[in-house]
Amino acid sequence: MILKGSRNPIATRSHIFFQHFFGNTTGVLTSKEKGPLCLRDEAPNFSCWLLMEHKADSSTEPPSNSFPDSGTVSSRRDFIGRLAAISAGLTVAVPFVGSPAADAIRRGRVDPSNEPDRSNSLDCALEVNGKKLKLTIDTRTTLLDALRDRLGLMGTKKGCDHGACGACTVHVNGARVLSCLTLAIMAQNKKITTIEGLAVNDGLHPVQASFIACDGFQCGYCTPGQIMSAVACIEEGHTGSDAEIREFMSGNLCRCGAYPNIVDAIKVAAAKMKGGVS
Amino acid sequence: MRPFEYGSALDVADACSKGTDRSSFIAGGTTLIDLMKLEVMNPARLVDLNNLPMGGITIDDKELRIGALEKMSAVAAHPIVATNYPMISEALLQSASPQIRNMASIGGNLLQRTRCGYFRDTSTPCNKREPRTGCSAINGENRMHAILGTSESCIATHPSDLAVALVALDASIRLQGVQGSRSLKLEDFYLLPGQTPDKENQLRPGEIVTEIAVPRLPVARRSTYVKVRDRASYEFALTSAAVGLELDSATIRDARVAVGGVGTKPWNLPEVRQALIGRQVSEEAFRSAAKLSVKDARPLPDNGFKIHLVQLTIIRALMNLGGLA
Repeated sequence: MILKGSRNPIATRSHIFFQHFFGNTTGVLTSKEKGPLCLRDEAPNFSCWLLMEHKADSSTEPPSNSFPDSGTVSSRRDFIGRLAAISAGLTVAVPFVGSPAADAIRRGRVDPSNEPDRSNSLDCALEVNGKKLKLTIDTRTTLLDALRDRLGLMGTKKGCDHGACGACTVHVNGARVLSCLTLAIMAQNKKITTIEGLAVNDGLHPVQASFIACDGFQCGYCTPGQIMSAVACIEEGHTGSDAEIREFMSGNLCRCGAYPNIVDAIKVAAAKMKGGVS
Repeated sequence: MRPFEYGSALDVADACSKGTDRSSFIAGGTTLIDLMKLEVMNPARLVDLNNLPMGGITIDDKELRIGALEKMSAVAAHPIVATNYPMISEALLQSASPQIRNMASIGGNLLQRTRCGYFRDTSTPCNKREPRTGCSAINGENRMHAILGTSESCIATHPSDLAVALVALDASIRLQGVQGSRSLKLEDFYLLPGQTPDKENQLRPGEIVTEIAVPRLPVARRSTYVKVRDRASYEFALTSAAVGLELDSATIRDARVAVGGVGTKPWNLPEVRQALIGRQVSEEAFRSAAKLSVKDARPLPDNGFKIHLVQLTIIRALMNLGGLA
C-alpha cells in the first residue's frame, strides 16, 4: 500500500476513507461480504421471495429466456404452500422485517386484493470481476441490487437509483454504464467489472492511487462511481484538457464538490497510464 | 416497480408477435427502467430486443442508415456521422452522460418520454400519463415547458436532442410490425398532443423501430447543434437549435433549422429556412430569419423567456456556421 507510514494527515485521512468505502479491492468474495441477505425497507416485496430463492437455487431449471407458459404460473396458494414448507425446513433464522405484503400495503403501493405475482423469477448467470456466479432473481432486480444485496459487493453505490448521479457506475464489456438502470437479467453473458475488480494482485489501479494522492474525494460516497467512470474516460481518450475531462465526467455528481481534485487525479492517472506505468 | 415477465425476442417477427398493449419492448432501458421504478410505466411483460440484428451504420449515395440498436455513443463517435452530419454527433454528445450514451439505443432515444415533472409524479394529474385527469403544468411549474405545439391538455416538451437534428435533416424512421414494414418522415411520426397527449407517435402495438435513414445533404456537412441549459453538461435543453448552412461564397444556398426544448415535438422551422435561402451571410439576416421561429409561440407564466432565448440560440448556431462568431 503506497501510503504506509505517511505522515501527511490529509493523505492518511484519504487512506482511511478509501478502505472504508472501497472495502475489499482484491475481487475475492470473503465470507463476511457474502453474508446476510439484505432485507431493505426500500424493497420489502423481495424479503419473502429471498427465503424461497435461498432454498430453491439448486433445484431450479436451467436459464431460459423464453416466457413462462401461462399454464405454469404459480397461484398465490401454491406460493404460500411452498413458502410454508420452505420456512419449516430452514434451520437458520433469517432476519425478517414484518410481512412484506403488509409493508407494501402500509406504504400504499399495493392493492391488498391484488398481491404481486412472485412467479417472475429467472435463473441468472453473471460474470463479475472474472467470477461466474449463478443466482435466481426476480425479474425486477437491477444489476446494482444484485451486486450489493445478493453478491455482497458493496463498493458500487446506490445514489439516486434513477440514472441521474453516476454513483452506481460499473463496466459492462469494458464500457461504463449505470447499474441502477440495468436489469441483472440483461447483464448475462457479459463481463461485469466493479470497483472491487479494478485492482490487480492487491496493488491499486493507477486511478485509485491517483485519487488518494490528489485527495480526489471528501465523504467518498460517489468515489467508486467516479473512479470507474474515470478509468473509462482515460481509456476512451477524453483527457485532452480540463474542460474535456469535466465534460466527459459530467455523469458523476459529487455533492462535496471535490471536482478540482478529481480532475487533477484523472490527469495524473492518465499520464501514468499513457506512459505505461501501472 | 410492479412485477413483470421477461423474455428475449428471437427475431424481428417474434418480437412483433409478442408486442401487445400490456408489454413493452426494451433495448437500452434508460427511460423504461427509470419510469417503471416510478410506476409511471407498468408493463406486464418486457420483450428484450437486444439479440435482434438491428445494428450497423452505413452510407451510400442516397442516405445514411443507422440500425435502431446502435448505441448513442457509437453513433456520435462514428467517422461517417461526424464528418457528414456534425449536427447529429453534436446533438448526441450534448445528450445525457457518457454512461447513458453507452446504454441507450438510437431507436429508444427517439421514443423517450417527456421530462415533465408532473408526468413523472404519479400523485399528480397528468393527461399524458392518465388520460382525462387534467394537466398540472398549465397552472403549475412550467418554466421548462413548451411554447410551440401546446394544447389545453398538455404542454410537455419532447426531450430528445437527436430527434431535433433528425427532423432538421428530413430523416425517416423505419418500422416493422406484424403487418409488414413501413417508413415515415420522422417529423410526421411524432404527433401533437391535441386532446390525446398520451398518444405521442404513430407507432402501433407490436411495431418496432428498425432503422433511421437520413438523406445525403450538402447542407448537413456544415451543421451544428447548440444547446442552452441550466448547467453546462448532463442536462435537458431549455432551448436548442440544430442548424445547417450550405454557402456559395457568402450567399446561403440552402439551410436547415429545427429547435428543441420549446416544442411538444421536435420542431422543424421551414419558414426560417426559406427566409435564409438566397440571403447574404450577416447577423441582420440571421436575426430577421430567427424572428419567424416564434410567431406561433404561446408562452406561459414561467417560460416566456424561451421566446427570446430560442431566437438567440438559432442566431448563435448560424453565426458559428457563417464564420461570424
